[in-house]
Amino acid sequence: MQDFTLTNITYSLLLATRWTIVLSLIAFAGGGLVGFLLMLMRISPLTWVRVPSVVYIEFFQGTPLIMQLFLVFFGISVLFQINLSAWEAATIALTTYTSAFLADIWRGSIEAIPSGQWEAARALGLNYFKQLRRIILPQAVKMSVPPTVGFAVQVVKGTSLASVIGFVELTRSAASISNVTFQPFLVFSIAAVIYFCLCFPLSLLSKRLESQFVFE
Amino acid sequence: MGYTLNYSVIFNNLGFFIEGAIATLQLAMTSILLGLLLGILGALGRTSGNRILNSVAVAYVEFFRNTPFLIQLFFFYFGFSSVGLRMTSWQAAVLALAINFGAYSTEIVRAGIEGIGKGQIEAGMALGLNKMQIFRRIVLVPALGNIYPSLVSQIVIAILFTSVVSQISAEELTFVGSYLQSRTFRSFEIYFFISLLYLVIVWIVKLSAYLIQRRFFGFMRYVR
Repeated sequence: MQDFTLTNITYSLLLATRWTIVLSLIAFAGGGLVGFLLMLMRISPLTWVRVPSVVYIEFFQGTPLIMQLFLVFFGISVLFQINLSAWEAATIALTTYTSAFLADIWRGSIEAIPSGQWEAARALGLNYFKQLRRIILPQAVKMSVPPTVGFAVQVVKGTSLASVIGFVELTRSAASISNVTFQPFLVFSIAAVIYFCLCFPLSLLSKRLESQFVFE
Repeated sequence: MGYTLNYSVIFNNLGFFIEGAIATLQLAMTSILLGLLLGILGALGRTSGNRILNSVAVAYVEFFRNTPFLIQLFFFYFGFSSVGLRMTSWQAAVLALAINFGAYSTEIVRAGIEGIGKGQIEAGMALGLNKMQIFRRIVLVPALGNIYPSLVSQIVIAILFTSVVSQISAEELTFVGSYLQSRTFRSFEIYFFISLLYLVIVWIVKLSAYLIQRRFFGFMRYVR
């Protein structure tokens, strides 16, 4: 039964890829949601609203993702006496990580909008949220799409680190299969190719969107 | 029974943490310097006009930027040793980090080189500078000034990524944390403290980068 052919290995790795994709999607959706709120806080004119988001972004951008995974998986579970599964811990850590970076990317696009646009919106008598929603965001969203897609690549690659807390996705299953087959060269090559097939189209898309934006 | 925080594990093992932080810095510095060298070579390949050199550089950059670092690390450490190229975990860590950083810096350096106008190089030739002088004074230094901000943020990312090499038991800061955690079970205190250490390292790097920028590339503000 322990017969590992090339097809066999590839098939098992592709099955594990599902969880890489699912985790990436969850992290990106959750990170997008939290990141949007953080971005709103970050650009707020009120200091007490802004400061927490600055601290949050600084912390999650200034510490390794692996440390965040450990903090959530081992740290939070002892601190609050709850048992987090690898799923839950990976979801939380990747969401916070993603949100910190997305918030910063989106803040950048909003700050790139000339301040005259804010002033014009205010002159029209719109309140803060209407200025944001009707005038600033529509322009900023356009600008933020290429770097956001580019960051999606980092998220997909980031999910590989969830393997260190025992979350079984592509990297974890590659490591286990290589332990059984003693063919790390082959197994990790296939895994790398699968990751490449996930990430490269996103990179290309991001690059294409960026160049379109320049020529507009 | 609640969990009470006890930070004595930090104070009792302060020496370990400092050793780990120093190891992390050594690892980061070695691999970033090697990676930068690779990046400059890669960027020269990208801008050489030679089709083969260009494609080799593109393949290198795209492959390493579109696969996770952990897989690259496992590939170098476990994969290479299985085909007879044995490395210590430290050597594999430096190699993987350098090659990974090289891929990112290739694109950064290339953007810097391409940002230098052709007219500037021609002006250099007209002044009678030789090829080496043109490269150093007209291409390299202003290009460095242009790419400096993106290079610094990539360096910060590279420093944080050194934590991943704990997974092949290279002894750096994160490895120290996992080791102490397995002996004391004080996971929150240890990982929180280590996170703060990384944060401090990152801040020091950012601050010195800012000071260096002001000292060496300050003149470039007036150019724009």
